[in-house]
Amino acid sequence: MFWQQEMETLARPALESLQLERLRDTVRRLDRVPFYRAKFLESGVTPEAIKSAADIRRLPFTTAADLRENYPDKLLAVSREEVLRLHTTSGSTGKPKALFFSRRDVDTAADLIARALCMTGVTRRDVFQNMMSYGLFTGGLVMHYGAEKVGCMVIPAGPGTSERQLLLMQDFRTTVIHILPSYALYFADFLEKKGVDPRKSLALRKAFVGAEAHTEETRRNIEAALGLEVYNSYGLTEMNGPGVAFECEGKCGMHLWEDNYVLEIINPKTCEPAGDGETGELVLTSINREAMPLLRYRTRDLTALISEPCPCGRTHRRIHRITGRSDDMLIVRGVNIFPQQIERVLMAMPQIGRNYLILLEGLDEMTVKVELSPAAFDGEVGHIADLQNEVAEKLRAELWLRPKVDLVASGSLPVAEGKAKRVIDRRSL
Amino acid sequence: MNTVKLLAVFSENRPGQAARVTGILARANVNIRCVTIASSGTFGVMKLLVNDPDLACHTLQHEGFAATLTEVIAVEMADKPGALHSVAECLADHDINLANTSGFVANNRAILVVEVQDSGLAGDILKEHGFHVLTQKETMAV
Repeated sequence: MFWQQEMETLARPALESLQLERLRDTVRRLDRVPFYRAKFLESGVTPEAIKSAADIRRLPFTTAADLRENYPDKLLAVSREEVLRLHTTSGSTGKPKALFFSRRDVDTAADLIARALCMTGVTRRDVFQNMMSYGLFTGGLVMHYGAEKVGCMVIPAGPGTSERQLLLMQDFRTTVIHILPSYALYFADFLEKKGVDPRKSLALRKAFVGAEAHTEETRRNIEAALGLEVYNSYGLTEMNGPGVAFECEGKCGMHLWEDNYVLEIINPKTCEPAGDGETGELVLTSINREAMPLLRYRTRDLTALISEPCPCGRTHRRIHRITGRSDDMLIVRGVNIFPQQIERVLMAMPQIGRNYLILLEGLDEMTVKVELSPAAFDGEVGHIADLQNEVAEKLRAELWLRPKVDLVASGSLPVAEGKAKRVIDRRSL
Repeated sequence: MNTVKLLAVFSENRPGQAARVTGILARANVNIRCVTIASSGTFGVMKLLVNDPDLACHTLQHEGFAATLTEVIAVEMADKPGALHSVAECLADHDINLANTSGFVANNRAILVVEVQDSGLAGDILKEHGFHVLTQKETMAV
């Protein structure tokens, strides 16, 4: 089923022509933003200079650092009065990244989600339980508005409290869920322990998973455990949130909406285009956003393009599932974490040494091992427990998730020399 | 002098850690009279009454351990029912709280090792009530 059939099946020449037109409009719009204006003057690029798809390479890249430096609103392309919604990424001692939505942007984002939902057979008869975090995270509201557009009964459950999630599913006969892959596996485990067979007691048909890179095997595990179809989704706050790319019923790659985004796959080291079908870093240009479009945004996500046409008839090309990052960012329980954030918190605590180790295990367990400074030891067991809690609390405030903290003996962790291995990732996601 | 030095050592709560500490002490020819280990999750604190606390502490610190010396009171009691009770009652009457406490019996003498907030005061009170509060030297000679 199609939400916007004409656009979704637009012939390539027309689609590419539309992209070019929207790209030029976006460059014109961005001339009002001092940050981009300066870059255009520097490189001598004007909207008219963009004559073909390849000309996008004449435009500057935009990075996460650019967003942080221009926080809170130096990248806004409309007046503040026209902004309807703000979403941000996590992080409190470092600067977060802010993304603004105009009324039209909110509606467009909802349309892209609606496309994705209809693509997999979701209709207004479905009951949609959104088990992703609401609040500043886009996974909540953006998905919510899209599901409402389709006409589903939307349950804004948010994450966690499996007991209550189950109750909602039983009482309201939830058919579709939006969930983290790691939580999906936990929930399946929870059901098993309770002796609830989802196939018999629940009405679940589909799950949309995202926000965490995961393997094909994990998808199949979730499908087997919960008795439903799992569809992979891709998105990032800077590009609206979820809904950038979605799997169709073929479940073989995610269609990326090319009327809204120009996609490039580059070699992250040389910044040159990657070869045909080669894995590289995904670079996205939002060509249909009003409040804060971004040019050639470096997502740091690694993927490859599928150029073959899809049997579903959609002409928007597909990307493979994300296989990794080209920086050291981690995603735990759907939350983006940089090891540098942890380092900043620890360095501000004299009772803790500077060396640390991040251990990721199971589906989403995160343990941070830190060293107790001998001078901070006063002999009291209680005080050490308190210190451990203090570190965990400070990390939670910075990371927006609470890791387990292990205080270990001074000198027992590997010393940081140059690019030290700070992260051991043994997860089976 | 009312107080006696007690050695406290931090280590991880996993096999081999206690052996590491005691091995170091053994090689330094330190004799342990009394020991408690309090563990909490992934770490533990060993408290040891040793014959040479300063040497023991420095040796462990030199080996990279987080070790420190705390002040405790060593009280001698008769080794019979009611003896510990009379010490506890005396401190209770003066509103003094027994924090970490352990005890040992050696050579027919029973010694209670008590951590309190104000060891000087507690020691004076116990002495006033006729209890034998041991000095550092006397504790080592038990």
